[in-house]
Amino acid sequence: MKLELRGITKRFGTLVANDAIDLVVEPGEIHALLGENGAGKSTLMNVLYGLYDPDEGEVLLDDKPQSFDGPGDAMEAGIGMVHQHFMLIPVFTVAENVALGQEPTKALGALDIAEAKKRVVDISERFGFNVDPDALVEDLPVGVQQRVEIIKALSRDARVLVLDEPTAVLTPQETDELMEIMRQLASSGTSIVFITHKLREVKAVADKITVIRLGKVVGSAKPDASTSELASMMVGREVGLTVEKNSKQAGDVVLSVENLAVLDDRGQRAVNGVSFEVRAGEILAVAGVQGNGQTELAEAIMGLRSALTGFGKITIKGSDMTGSSVRQVLESGVGYIPEDRTSDGVVGAFTIAENMMINSSYKSRFTKGVNINFSARRKIAEQLVKEFDVRTPSAVTLAGKLSGGNQQKVVVARELSRDVDLLVASQPTRGVDVGSIEFIHERIVIERDKGKAVVLVSTELDEVLALADRIAVMYRGKIVDIVSPETSREQLGKLMAGVEA
Amino acid sequence: MSESSDRFSQALKEILSGGFTRTVLSIILGFLVGALFMIGSDKAFIESLGYFFSRPGDAFGAAFAVVTDGYGSLFRGSIFNGEAETFEKAIRPLTETLRLSAPLILAALGIGLTFRVGIFNIGGTGQIISGMIWATFVATRVELPFIIHTVVAVIAGVLGAALLGALTGFLKARTGAHEVILTIMFNYIMFSFFNFLLKDPLLLGEEASTGNAKADPAAASAVLPKILGDSYNLHWGIILALAAVFAFWWLMERSTIGFRLRMVGENPDAARSAGVSVERVHILAMGLSAAFVGLAAANQSLASPLGIFPSAHANIGFDAITVALLGGSNAPGILLAGLLFGAFKAGAPSMQVFGVSPEVLGIVQGAIVLFIAAPPLIRLLFRLPPPQTTSVLSDIRQKLIRRGGVK
Repeated sequence: MKLELRGITKRFGTLVANDAIDLVVEPGEIHALLGENGAGKSTLMNVLYGLYDPDEGEVLLDDKPQSFDGPGDAMEAGIGMVHQHFMLIPVFTVAENVALGQEPTKALGALDIAEAKKRVVDISERFGFNVDPDALVEDLPVGVQQRVEIIKALSRDARVLVLDEPTAVLTPQETDELMEIMRQLASSGTSIVFITHKLREVKAVADKITVIRLGKVVGSAKPDASTSELASMMVGREVGLTVEKNSKQAGDVVLSVENLAVLDDRGQRAVNGVSFEVRAGEILAVAGVQGNGQTELAEAIMGLRSALTGFGKITIKGSDMTGSSVRQVLESGVGYIPEDRTSDGVVGAFTIAENMMINSSYKSRFTKGVNINFSARRKIAEQLVKEFDVRTPSAVTLAGKLSGGNQQKVVVARELSRDVDLLVASQPTRGVDVGSIEFIHERIVIERDKGKAVVLVSTELDEVLALADRIAVMYRGKIVDIVSPETSREQLGKLMAGVEA
Repeated sequence: MSESSDRFSQALKEILSGGFTRTVLSIILGFLVGALFMIGSDKAFIESLGYFFSRPGDAFGAAFAVVTDGYGSLFRGSIFNGEAETFEKAIRPLTETLRLSAPLILAALGIGLTFRVGIFNIGGTGQIISGMIWATFVATRVELPFIIHTVVAVIAGVLGAALLGALTGFLKARTGAHEVILTIMFNYIMFSFFNFLLKDPLLLGEEASTGNAKADPAAASAVLPKILGDSYNLHWGIILALAAVFAFWWLMERSTIGFRLRMVGENPDAARSAGVSVERVHILAMGLSAAFVGLAAANQSLASPLGIFPSAHANIGFDAITVALLGGSNAPGILLAGLLFGAFKAGAPSMQVFGVSPEVLGIVQGAIVLFIAAPPLIRLLFRLPPPQTTSVLSDIRQKLIRRGGVK
């Protein structure tokens, strides 16, 4: 079935999540939708699946305009979706899960389990899925659960299959198996929309690639396009970012990481034998396409994620901090700007002033014994609001009421106003307006000029080039190379794709 | 599991952020529901229905009479009895209300504390029993001078409850077991254990055992002293409660400990990133929560003139949940809600004298909390505006969840 999206625009308040997106998926084609997190891929697919009404534009199937009132309509029309998080009932069997929602029945509404099993076996055999219809879903490995989701979609006669970040939860072997399945489905005529931010997979399986950035289609490519081309298309930014900055005056080693290995939430090695040093007065940028272990690396430095025992060592200012608690790391003089500010950076229901003290509530300028020093807190907060240009009615406004950029300024103000020697900044300007980006960049450079060591984790190539004194490029859990910021974009793109120089 | 407890605490947050107007409206509605039950069970009213269309005035008259009688007697039984001969007797109901409010307020402070931290202590009953065991042991088996004996017994009650609470928190932190399951199970265990102890004179039972499960009364040196002399039952429990309300306010609103408790309640991920050990805060919160409940236990143990029975927990552990919800889990709110529910307890007997079943008060209590806990319902009934959403993102998230969900 041919799928066409024409000029889809979806706005949430002032945020334009999708801006006039056009997309054509031919029958039997595997069409990769490539983009960073938050680029608008999922929103687009939710429009397609009837979860959102587009503000403008239309969805066409086989050149006929469609209007979906909900996922039910979309399924009816032949669209199947496999979500990143499975929609399966763990205590039901495979057959029961597949039957759910359109259960085959015998007389008096009794469930026809035999028929349900037969459906599973039919599809499973046709595509070589190798799934036991009687197995309980909770007993199955994640990769097989995903196949159950695909069977579910196919049993409803889906001829357009949307896979939303399907490999995010899979091991590399399971990923390879999934790609095989995708190829088979495509050769039997199913159109597949494959959403991902992983270049390797796109190149391996896609027939056509559309790159989305900040809600817009920024280009399309064939899978034989070079990875560096795709990478720069994905992470580039049109707004030129330049920050005035003196040449570095590097001092002593502040942070040293040796042979660090860290597991991600799935128990896979996200960081695999990484070593580097950061000196006082320099900014080390950790660059790379998202999901190559940068997040886990930053979390490991902060003590939020433990390093694999027996491997690696983290030393901060000469003392071994491997296995330390977050509090110990923070109190040893480390500032941390977390990647996801709404979940990790601020407490939305707290005021700005309260947010200024969330990581210094034990013994600090905000406390007086076990009492909170309210007058000091108000004074400090008011001063920081002014200094960091947080646009807010007052310092006692709830942080949750601020815009993303201003929330981020609260986080930055909090971390930079503490007396730290090392700043770990993870995606410090993600989802922040251009004005705030400039401001935050300037502040980071000021800290570096004051002699602080900075680790900047960023997937934005422009940000990396604007700020870094040295650039460590990560690919699949390893640092491919550490290069100077004079390195060409093309060269960086190659490194990000795992091609060693 | 974490996702479901997230949703749990999200709902809780909405309930606790109810605001003053909604609380007052809920209370009024609760009384109206109670009135309907009183009318519906009134003999005169039912008889008048038989000839409703010829003389509807009778039905309305009967309905009005039973409601004014019922709530009138509630007022006379709990606040001020205008029909009494002397002023001393007239204010006696108020002192009873204060006396009965004390344990409710104390235990509700404990339960409210866990609500603020985003966890649910349903184990008030078990903790109150644990506290009573310790307090009763000190009060009946240890000899100490006057005042000191009381103080030591109160401390013992607090410790006994707090240790059980902290154990629950520890098990949650260590094993990931949900605190609701843990606390409910401890309720059963403690109740049976208490019974067992009370039956044996060598343990906690009466020394001159009659075979009943019952303890000796607290030693004269250990009882909570009366405040207004012997003509009233009011004792130091209410002073304890007022002091605890102040301590709770200081702890939650002024201290850095409370700051971390609230931080974990509002956003555990941010707390973790800020160097706060969420597990340790959970243990601390359960321990502190049970410590407040332990004060209620001391109140029960040290003020009972006959000695405690297995039922001496008086369901306070569960009533405290409703008091904490009604009071929005903050100090002044819990004080007021505790006084209201204490008044219900004090007024129930005098309603019974009037032939109105005191169970009506249980219905009123339940209805009030139901209305508090069902914000959309109360908004619909009074056409209140929906709460302001803070961001576009949460809007989107809500939409996703409602429509079957993606993320």
